Amino acid sequence: MAVVPSRLRDRGRAARAVRRALLATLLGSAVLLVCQTAGLSARGAAATAARVVAVQGQAVQGRAAPVPARAASALMPPRRIISLIPATTEMLFVMGVEDRIVGVSSYDRFPPAVNRLPRVGGLIDPNVERLLSLKPDLVLVYDTQTDVKQQLARAGIPMFPYVHRGLSDITQTLRALGERVGARAAADAAAARIEQQLASIKARVAGRPRPRTLLVFEREAGALRGVNASGGIGFLHDLLELAGGVDVMADINRESVSMSTEMILARAPDVILELRYGDSLQRSDLDAERRVWNAVPAVPAIRNNRVYLLGGDEFVVPGPRIVLAAERFAQALHGEARR
Amino acid sequence: MKAHTPLRRRFAATVLGFGALALGAMVLAPLAGSTPFSLANALDRSRPFADNVDAQILFVARLPRVLAAALVGSGLALAGVVFQALLRNPLASPDTLGVSAGASLGAMLAITFHANFSLFGVSAVPLASFAGSLGALAIVYGLSAARRRGTSTMVLLLAGVTLTALLSAVVRFVQYLADFTETFQTMRWMMGSLDQASYGPLSAAFVPMAIAWVGFASLPRVLDLMSVGIESAAARGVNVPRAERVALVSASLAVGAAVSLGGPIAFVGIIVPHLVRLVVGADHRLVLPASALFGAAFLIACDLAARTAFAPLELPVGIVTAIIGGPVFLWLLFRRA
Repeated sequence: MAVVPSRLRDRGRAARAVRRALLATLLGSAVLLVCQTAGLSARGAAATAARVVAVQGQAVQGRAAPVPARAASALMPPRRIISLIPATTEMLFVMGVEDRIVGVSSYDRFPPAVNRLPRVGGLIDPNVERLLSLKPDLVLVYDTQTDVKQQLARAGIPMFPYVHRGLSDITQTLRALGERVGARAAADAAAARIEQQLASIKARVAGRPRPRTLLVFEREAGALRGVNASGGIGFLHDLLELAGGVDVMADINRESVSMSTEMILARAPDVILELRYGDSLQRSDLDAERRVWNAVPAVPAIRNNRVYLLGGDEFVVPGPRIVLAAERFAQALHGEARR
Repeated sequence: MKAHTPLRRRFAATVLGFGALALGAMVLAPLAGSTPFSLANALDRSRPFADNVDAQILFVARLPRVLAAALVGSGLALAGVVFQALLRNPLASPDTLGVSAGASLGAMLAITFHANFSLFGVSAVPLASFAGSLGALAIVYGLSAARRRGTSTMVLLLAGVTLTALLSAVVRFVQYLADFTETFQTMRWMMGSLDQASYGPLSAAFVPMAIAWVGFASLPRVLDLMSVGIESAAARGVNVPRAERVALVSASLAVGAAVSLGGPIAFVGIIVPHLVRLVVGADHRLVLPASALFGAAFLIACDLAARTAFAPLELPVGIVTAIIGGPVFLWLLFRRA
């Protein structure tokens, strides 16, 4: 007899608990919403109305086209720039406007002067609060950073969206960025210099036999596993072809291809260029890492001892240092063709 | 005596049937692939191995991979059976108790901090992932040994789920600290790959796997009794805490070895036992060997699909098992409902 009331009581208690939880959730969301709106409106009020209108228009334009439209240059040159991409940071340095950079991404390593600048997170984890606190008047964002772009647009901060693409886009971006930050002459000169240096590397290897090359980005340490290689698009593929190699994965219309042992054997490259970023490779490990490839001795590159491990982060940043990367590719592929 | 004869016959039929399936997969899978290949050339002893592309495709690229699929598939399926019986929960799988998450954390740390060491021909990433799985096992085992009798499965299940969530959070934290190339590499590792390019990792993973098999061999009767209920099992003379620990350690060793070899491959450990039970019933004397053999065949087939479906590109095998496993599991649920 006592069972029924107690169950009812339980049910009543459960229902109350659910209601309380629901109420708490609703209240929580409401508070969050209010905070967010208040925060943004406070920021909006800080800027003048005219400026907000102008830059929001610009931000929308920027989102529509990765390279900002000409109208942007009509704006005042930015004085406080934040770059969320290592490539554009290096471009700012090469055009000599480094004194206007007030923040960089957590991935920035070069030039060493970036270590003195505040860091505002990376591609997937930008710290928008920190970013806004630095009061930038131009933020260089990666075009897929949709959240950041929306927040910047709402806060009325102009941006320069950017995407990694092919080799020719690097100097194009350099010129567009130069125009945007009001350093057009310096940027044009730097771009022309890069193009001329690349052209001279290309000319130097012209007419030489072009080895079929596998360009490896990644591999598990000490094992022939987790091998990722360049496909037929992207600046590294373009650099390889410029430096006088034929990409064995050129027919695959992707930037990166996950390679199995069978694919390596089937593609039979004459040369394997394996890139190692930063200081991830100790000199003492070099031989051991090269020996890993001996697991597939039928591959011509292994038979002919043409596996090259190239360390350095210039391979990962499609910025001004691509000339250095192209030079190192050319030396590995055509060692005898040095200047 | 008479009652045992049908079981013995069913056991023979089960092992023969599923064994033929597994053996067929192991023999046929190495012959198929994305590259045109001549078996006669591969087996031609007159050509030196170093120059023989066909032989290397067969013996370096495909055979270790098929053997790894067999070992990983059977290990995950066996662990799935044991966890489902031990926790009396049809949703239990090799990653329920946090062992997979521990293995992932180990691998992730090795990738992020560029660990470069090797032991018995096994490189840093699989070694670290095995160590991670042992660490997770130690925590769960400690909990199961410390708790009082009678609250076993609930505590174990909750501990496992919490440990998985905790370790996954640590994985994400390490990922947050990592460079993006390392993050990318870890993501690829987590999608699973059975490509080995050598036999070293296989023989190394074989050792914990063999220890696990010895443990599993002692379990069928106990699991039958325990899946009915702890009290009734204890009443019929089962030393429940000891049986639980044997089951826990064996299954975790199998999962650790499997994950270190192929990455955290999803769904094998959850759907294979259910599919096998549809065919052979609930008797663990049949379910265990049948799951081992069917798990091997299933993962070999999934890996074959992974390396041929989009040739010349390959899919990560974990994606194939999830794409096949998810709908199959849903179908099982609908069928039951």
